Amino acid sequence: MASVGFIDVSKRFADGTEALAGIELRIEDGELMVVVGPSGCGKSTALRLLAGLEQPTAGELRIDDEVVNDMAPQQRNVAMVFQNYALYPHMNVRRNLEFPLRMQKLPADEIARRTAWATQLLQLDGLMERLPKQLSGGQRQRVAMGRAIVREPRAFLMDEPLSNLDAKLRVQIRGEIAALQRRLGITTLYVTHDQVEAMTLGDRVAVMHAGRLQQVSAPQVLYERPANIFVAQFIGSPGMNIYASRLQRTDNGLACAFADHWLDLPPDGHANLVAAQAHIDRPVYIGLRPEAFARTDVDVETLTMTVKAVEALGHEQLLYADIPQVSGENTAIRLPALPMIAIGDRLPLAVDSRRIHLFDAEGRAIDGEQA
Amino acid sequence: MRRRLVATMLSYAALALLALLFVAPVLLMMAGSLKPEARVLTEAGSLKAFLPGNWTLQNYRDVFARVDFARYLGNSLIITGSVVVAGLVVNSLAGYAFARLAWRGRRLLFTLTLAILVLPLEAIAVPLFYQVTWMGWRDDYLVQILPFIANAFSVYLFYTFFVDLPPELEEAARLDGAGPLRTFATIIVPNSKPVFASVAILSFLGQWGVFIWPLLVTSGERVRPLSLAIATFYTLPPLQWGDIFAFGVMMVSPILVVFLFFQRWFVRGVVATGLKG
Repeated sequence: MASVGFIDVSKRFADGTEALAGIELRIEDGELMVVVGPSGCGKSTALRLLAGLEQPTAGELRIDDEVVNDMAPQQRNVAMVFQNYALYPHMNVRRNLEFPLRMQKLPADEIARRTAWATQLLQLDGLMERLPKQLSGGQRQRVAMGRAIVREPRAFLMDEPLSNLDAKLRVQIRGEIAALQRRLGITTLYVTHDQVEAMTLGDRVAVMHAGRLQQVSAPQVLYERPANIFVAQFIGSPGMNIYASRLQRTDNGLACAFADHWLDLPPDGHANLVAAQAHIDRPVYIGLRPEAFARTDVDVETLTMTVKAVEALGHEQLLYADIPQVSGENTAIRLPALPMIAIGDRLPLAVDSRRIHLFDAEGRAIDGEQA
Repeated sequence: MRRRLVATMLSYAALALLALLFVAPVLLMMAGSLKPEARVLTEAGSLKAFLPGNWTLQNYRDVFARVDFARYLGNSLIITGSVVVAGLVVNSLAGYAFARLAWRGRRLLFTLTLAILVLPLEAIAVPLFYQVTWMGWRDDYLVQILPFIANAFSVYLFYTFFVDLPPELEEAARLDGAGPLRTFATIIVPNSKPVFASVAILSFLGQWGVFIWPLLVTSGERVRPLSLAIATFYTLPPLQWGDIFAFGVMMVSPILVVFLFFQRWFVRGVVATGLKG
């Protein structure tokens, strides 16, 4: 086990593509760090750099404070679980598990001991003589995990290991990975494009976009105090609704413009009123999570929205509605499952102004954690 | 329903006719090899050409009496076997290097390798002959084997197969501690049986019938292959068609055995490498 560090790491490919730019990230000993971001954001490149499958253009990669830039992959003693498992198709489960140990030229009894340990830990009994093609997706995933842990590596690297599984199995294996990581306490760097996976698995989550780290925080902090509009919209399903706005001083303090209304910003809300002073009478963005809206009576100040789409999820319903005074995309709204709402309904809604997030004209949070 | 049945029967009939067209020369050769010499040409224009009638093994006895068939067969097996086996090693490694390893000049060298594909042996046979003569290198097995081990078409077939293998397999092996050669031997080769079978069969077929090169670089029967021996039946009297057919049957038989042995993998290899025909 070890800590892992990216010190100002950049990667530019031969064709000029800049995959990573100045990545600074430290993963503590035993921590499960999830790197999340959309396709092409550089998250898998970061993993491959640490594995030694790619070389950084600049910066240092450290494992246990030892610079590993010039070490061959096998010398780094990190194990990787690939998206497609990369099990050796012609070897049965036993030989797959033994392969890395044989490469290390370990004595036969040590190979047997470690293989038996992994077999028992991952419940692979009864599968040992099967070829990978004779296993289900979940079983292949467990064998891939087994091949990684038998080496007793300093760190686990996981590259979207659940993306080939169906939704139900994904939830189950996700739990198994989390439990295994906690039990073994191995430093883990886990890459995914699925923000639900990131939020449920990570001790901390690093959000990436266009080769740059946007924010590294605990999952709940990412959700409640996103560092910028990208994080706000990427984290959460659906993401945060963002609207162009202005700030103005009022008798009560500060208010922001939203759909023909001025919404007071209460002192106990998300918005940092001290920081916001610098943005008075300047263009800003406001962000509202889908759950910041609620149905209301018509005698309070309301917004009226026309429902364009409804996703009934059983325990709640997600509405996508058009606010006439606000141009741009539909607003996502999360409401209780009942009463059911239909497409075309006009809904009077109130906004919980304590849940307003403020972003400056460049999209950086005025009230959030800085990246 | 009835119309579909008729359509199926018609298509089967057409396929059977086509199959017959392809197999007819082989049947003619086999039947001719079992006929007395007098009947071979006289029956050639009729359906009887395909039927041995009162069959005899005299043509086969003639072949063994006229040439040292066993020696020629041994020579062909040594030359073709060596070219195939060494070719599998050399060309698969070259294809792997082109498909998978990153090195300077890879693209240029691969383009040059592909360019060799358009050069028939006949075009370079004479310069190659001068070269081996200058090297004092004639009339042995090696001169018939070495120039044909590296084969651009085989390299290309391996390349097209390897380039489609998931790179994660090699990356997993690298992380597990295997070097490039071990990865190739323990991970790539066992998962590439179809392309190895395809290349083995194609290079066996190509080498078994090669004629021009051994004619240039060998003299006498000591190291000459079957393809030259059959020529003696045309050039040295008496011209006996039955003998030629019998020789042909014996020369083709090893190819059929090899093909039947590797057929399963060969068909998969043809599919996997996208090779047509």
